[in-house]
Amino acid sequence: MSHGSRKLIVSGLARVEGEGALRVTVRDGQVEQAELNIYEPPRFFEAFLRGRSYTEPPDITSRICGICPVAYQTSACNAIEQACGAELDPPLAELRRLLYCGEWISSHALHIYLLHAPDFLGYPDAIALAREHRDIVERGLALKKAGNAVMEFLGGRAIHPVNVRVGGFYRVPGPSEFAPLADQLRRALELALDTARWVAAFDFPDLELRHDLLALHDPGRYPIERGTLATTGGLAFTPGEFPRHVTEQQVPHSTALHATLDGHQYLTGPLARYSLNSGSLPPAARQAAADAGLGPQCRNPFRSVVVRAVEIICAVEEALRIIDSYHRPDRPAVEVTPCAATGHGVSEAPRGLLYHRYELDGDGLIQSATIIPPTSQNLAVIEDDLRRVITAHLDLDDAKLTALCERAIRNHDPCISCAAHFLTLSMRRR
Amino acid sequence: MTKPSLAVWKLASCDGCQLTLLDCEDELLTLPGVVSIAHFLEASSAVQPGPYDISLVEGSITTARDAERIREIREQSRILVTIGACATAGGIQALRNFGDIAEFTAAVYASPEYIDTLATSTPVAAHVPVDFELRGCPIDRRQLLEVLTAFLAGRKPGIPDTTVCTECKRRGLTCVMVADGTPCLGPVTHAGCGALCPAQSRGCYGCFGPATGANVPALAMQLGRSGMGEDAIRRVFATFNATAPGFADPARPPQPRGEETR
Repeated sequence: MSHGSRKLIVSGLARVEGEGALRVTVRDGQVEQAELNIYEPPRFFEAFLRGRSYTEPPDITSRICGICPVAYQTSACNAIEQACGAELDPPLAELRRLLYCGEWISSHALHIYLLHAPDFLGYPDAIALAREHRDIVERGLALKKAGNAVMEFLGGRAIHPVNVRVGGFYRVPGPSEFAPLADQLRRALELALDTARWVAAFDFPDLELRHDLLALHDPGRYPIERGTLATTGGLAFTPGEFPRHVTEQQVPHSTALHATLDGHQYLTGPLARYSLNSGSLPPAARQAAADAGLGPQCRNPFRSVVVRAVEIICAVEEALRIIDSYHRPDRPAVEVTPCAATGHGVSEAPRGLLYHRYELDGDGLIQSATIIPPTSQNLAVIEDDLRRVITAHLDLDDAKLTALCERAIRNHDPCISCAAHFLTLSMRRR
Repeated sequence: MTKPSLAVWKLASCDGCQLTLLDCEDELLTLPGVVSIAHFLEASSAVQPGPYDISLVEGSITTARDAERIREIREQSRILVTIGACATAGGIQALRNFGDIAEFTAAVYASPEYIDTLATSTPVAAHVPVDFELRGCPIDRRQLLEVLTAFLAGRKPGIPDTTVCTECKRRGLTCVMVADGTPCLGPVTHAGCGALCPAQSRGCYGCFGPATGANVPALAMQLGRSGMGEDAIRRVFATFNATAPGFADPARPPQPRGEETR
């Protein structure tokens, strides 16, 4: 170790989706620099979407993220349907929500059990956790499997479902086909309730978000697959006004663009959704939130694991409600006639708000496309969390502080798809 | 006896293929009984140094650094298996191979000088020898388990080298192209998915890439007869396996990039 300066390198931040490096410099007890560098090899989706047909973005953009393909498919459909003035028949809109519930259940269960819980319990991974608590990990995997079952049933497969199209679906199931899925979801509801009780008992470090929170709002129900936008600061706007409020900047240390809301840092994701919509949770989720000690808002990122558990309950309840009231739609998809127009689409990916914009010509060919994923919206806040966590815990040794930094990143379930998993953390103390 | 070690690596991709391993919910907890998971960052922060008995590689080569990394991974791996369309064919990001990368970068990033990228996206086999290529965007879970099981047992993976059509027939599905006139890439697409799309009343869109010996020009003519225009036919091949031999010719844009492709 050299004199006066300490350098710590961790060869990889595990249990996140993405490639990057964290650079932290502490000088005279002050955090001088806390940057999360993203080395995501660029894949240029927005460039090669130009000249593609309006029917193609659901299949193409789902390939941005294998963890939340339904979010990409849904935001793409929402944007193109808005551009073309098409509206889903109500039963089709319900099926779209059902498919999305599957992705929430699966993605949240993956994050809670395989990525996040090992942090709270001191294990390197869920497999080590399973050596001592096999029943717990089995419960998580069963829950995850139930989410995947929804996507496999309705979408054909869990990763990059094939049954989604602009205007609805290729095939819609008959009511009798749902019975085994409904049984599996009823069992999943119990597992989800147990999950919420389990994570509520974890020990949470103190941290209070001071930023504006941005989430969808869908009157009368918890926002998932559609909605308008709302902030904790009282701002409300439509998806079409999104570009007026949210702008992306490129920063030298990252291939992910950083977004700001009216020039300020903001956060999307479970904490934002919950804090803006806890009043519209379905009954079991609402009760579980109260039992877990969550107030009407939750601003501690370490507690996001509890909010995710509550949202799994919400997604299972919603899925069961949709299945119980299901009548086969008259047609699998509504007619979508292309026109020269620009459409904006939003939905709530498990890890945060996902915005798509497409400009179409009269033949339905895409002239330009913009995609703003949740992680680029959340990066600035993640860096701010890091700064504050480091400042509050400078007394920790490098190993412990590094571990806490990694946890602070994992709190937000960053999904830096298209990335090689290789986060180098180098920390300098002077 | 020491358990064989397994490593999972990721290059330019969406995470979906390695997620497929975590989607083996019923088998995941038995896996540590047969292999030592030595490097799998998506799942574990416990990382063991190489060499590794089996490496699964997801993603394509799009940066100079990844071109270097894949050589290092190869050196450390007794068996190297590529998983998915990115690693076996370059993925959808290989559409850049038909275009102008400087123009692509400028279209996405305001300050392209910060971006380090190669002009092409290439499969792993273009850089190092590969022991087995598993197809699919994403790969199929059962096929992944078969490949792992086979290599652990020291035998050849039983992955049929046939077309989606054969799987579709075996499932007893009605041919969407014959019965409904729905354009379908099943006759030229590598098997493996179990004919997912026809089962959803949809034509296959080729996410497992070209089948060996596929007569793609003949299918392209059939697609034209079913009402698809020239550019629509080009686009249907220009997706996740656009630069794979067999799909690359019909997928290539007619004129150099820079002019509007219509």
